[in-house]
Amino acid sequence: MVLKKITVAIAGNPNSGKTTIFNMLTGARQHVGNYPGVTVEKKKGLCRYKGYEITFVDLPGTYSLTAYSIEELIARNFIIDEQPDVVVDIVDASNIERNLYLATQLIEMNVPLVLAFNMSDIARQRGMVFDIKQLSILLQSPIVSTVASKGEGKPELLDAVIEIHLRRGQDTVQHTKRINYGDEIETELANIETLICTAEKQLMEKYGSRWLAVKLLEQDSDITEKIKNKEILDAVTASTEHLRGIFGDEPEIIMADRRYGFISGACQETIKTTVESRHSTSDMIDTVVTNRMLGLPIFLALMYLVFLLTFKVGKYPMEGLELFFGWAGRSIAGFWPIDSESWLRSLLVDGVIAGVGGVIVFLPNILLLFFVIALLEDSGYMARAAFVMDRLMHKIGLHGKSFIPMLIGFGCSVPAIIATRILENRRNRLTTIMVIPLMSCGARLTIYMLIIPAFFPEVWRGPMLWLIYLIGIVLAIICIKVLRLTVFKGETIPFVMELPPYRMPTFKSLCIHTWQRGWMYLRKAGTIILAISILLWVASSLPKPDSKSLKGLNSDQARQVSLKYSLVGRLGQAIEPALRPLGFDWKIGTALIGATAAKEVFVSQLAIVYAVGGEDAGEMTLRDKLQANYTPLTGFCIILFCLIYAPCVVTVVMTKQETGSWRWALFQFFGLTVLAYVITLIVYQIGSLFIG
Amino acid sequence: MEQKQTRSLSTVRDGETVRIARVEAGRGLNSRLASMGLVPNVQIKVVNNTHPGPFVIIVKGSKMMLGRGMAHKIMVI
Repeated sequence: MVLKKITVAIAGNPNSGKTTIFNMLTGARQHVGNYPGVTVEKKKGLCRYKGYEITFVDLPGTYSLTAYSIEELIARNFIIDEQPDVVVDIVDASNIERNLYLATQLIEMNVPLVLAFNMSDIARQRGMVFDIKQLSILLQSPIVSTVASKGEGKPELLDAVIEIHLRRGQDTVQHTKRINYGDEIETELANIETLICTAEKQLMEKYGSRWLAVKLLEQDSDITEKIKNKEILDAVTASTEHLRGIFGDEPEIIMADRRYGFISGACQETIKTTVESRHSTSDMIDTVVTNRMLGLPIFLALMYLVFLLTFKVGKYPMEGLELFFGWAGRSIAGFWPIDSESWLRSLLVDGVIAGVGGVIVFLPNILLLFFVIALLEDSGYMARAAFVMDRLMHKIGLHGKSFIPMLIGFGCSVPAIIATRILENRRNRLTTIMVIPLMSCGARLTIYMLIIPAFFPEVWRGPMLWLIYLIGIVLAIICIKVLRLTVFKGETIPFVMELPPYRMPTFKSLCIHTWQRGWMYLRKAGTIILAISILLWVASSLPKPDSKSLKGLNSDQARQVSLKYSLVGRLGQAIEPALRPLGFDWKIGTALIGATAAKEVFVSQLAIVYAVGGEDAGEMTLRDKLQANYTPLTGFCIILFCLIYAPCVVTVVMTKQETGSWRWALFQFFGLTVLAYVITLIVYQIGSLFIG
Repeated sequence: MEQKQTRSLSTVRDGETVRIARVEAGRGLNSRLASMGLVPNVQIKVVNNTHPGPFVIIVKGSKMMLGRGMAHKIMVI
């Protein structure tokens, strides 16, 4: 049977449970990409139901559909340009009035709309009783009650979607849904509409005259730009002035007010509230978590817990994977006779397995870290973290909101840079982007995981990891302060942010979030890192010294000489004089060069360098070799340098894309490298005085 | 039109409930605030106004955090 294909867009406020609904509808069959041109995440998922193949597109979470932010514009343009067959608006039923504001805008766009009243169980607990039938007549759209966290309402929602889709097909004449703005505004709207119908036929067919008129009167910048006809623009200006005279306020504010009036009118007739205690539990948690004295310590303690968990729990599967890759390397090597000099064996064992294995070994840690970050995000604590940090962030000239991308930066700099889009002010955004690489990302965690256990006793490992993260944060704060006083001078802009009620995140959506991020990491390991591993293997094997110079040496010494003679060895040696004051030798230099491609490569590179040049490639792990070759001070300097220096290539590219110029990307790249050099130099030199 | 004395939201104490008179902000910001429920005549309850740091209010049943600068721009009755 051939499946009929339809596309459904999912819209909704932030915190309305939009993602949970999306996960409920599509399960794990999701595809995460970007909207063309901009780096706002675009999620797509499939669902088969009653002979239909339904593609769900998760629009960015927005409060309305103005042209004010990129997300709102994307959501709006998707609905207009891609013309999804049905739009589902996710409404937080326990917070109905504010959530319906977006619905009024969708109603005005005259799209085939289904409203999902999500979290209806919470609404019921709060004593809210809905007359769904009546409300759906008033809102001119079908309403389905759902509890996405428990998977309730899925078939009902899908049935409603299909029904609306079919009904759309049958009606040839669509009656326009509208919100009444009152006589004065309606007169002006009618005027503008008449002009649009005669002068801007094309736009009218695409957008509808009523909606265009509404947007023009709201002085929507995106739509105003599209209108070429001067007569219309003049009429809009005249209307705006006229209305301003009557109401003493901007038309868009009056119109927003009327929309809320429409909503509360509809709600008054159809919703009965018996208890008024919306924030009881959340309030109680908030008094503790956002307390003046306790807030910051609680936040820091939570962060400490996060990293302790990542380290302690992640240790066991990590050791398992290490054993596996060791075994795999030995088994494959076993196909060749002992002492064979096969290049293929070397490529597979020392290039592919050592390189990729060295990275995949850390997957458990990274999945754990992402899981906890998803937990903080979904439970609603992340917004409180911004609240708690606001006092501190304000002192350095940013606001609490900047802290969220920085927090995401602990996972990966790339999504963190995308997340700076929540900042409305460009100066704030640029400053935040510049320091995001100082937040230790998951990739750098792999470096710490290798180095810390190699040099520090068990009890010191947790605190050491915590310390290195803390150093990154402190440096970021100093850098922000400096940048705000020099390059990005100017006032901080005020902001608004919702503190959603606390929620128990569902295990399923946590897993989906974790998996999506973990998969991104794995894909990087499978593609970029594999390619770089092979490239580095080639560079560390070629060119080969002639056989005369190897005469008389045993096989270990021969390997050593070959490596030093290779491209990587030469490059490492070339920069060694510059790195020696930091306590690094050419082998570390070589790994540092590789790590600019992707930070995890530092580990695989070091593994290759040591596997190729090691004295006895037998049972010694990379850690043992490091321990034998360097002091703990050098170990600390390695993680310190890796924390600060040049961000990886992907981050550089992302910074270029988000800031719109190579200038900022290069500024970030070289600025951080210089900073890393200076700080590591100071630490190593002072440290040597005390230890050496 | 009632002509009561308006004052800035930033002067309102913890626990007080007030109504918005107007928002003295740029146009873009104004409609952004409107979409989050901050429109004239709406009731807001101040939850946290401890200096320094963000300002927490409840509007239409949702908790919101404002920057201090923003609180200065919202005039209430």
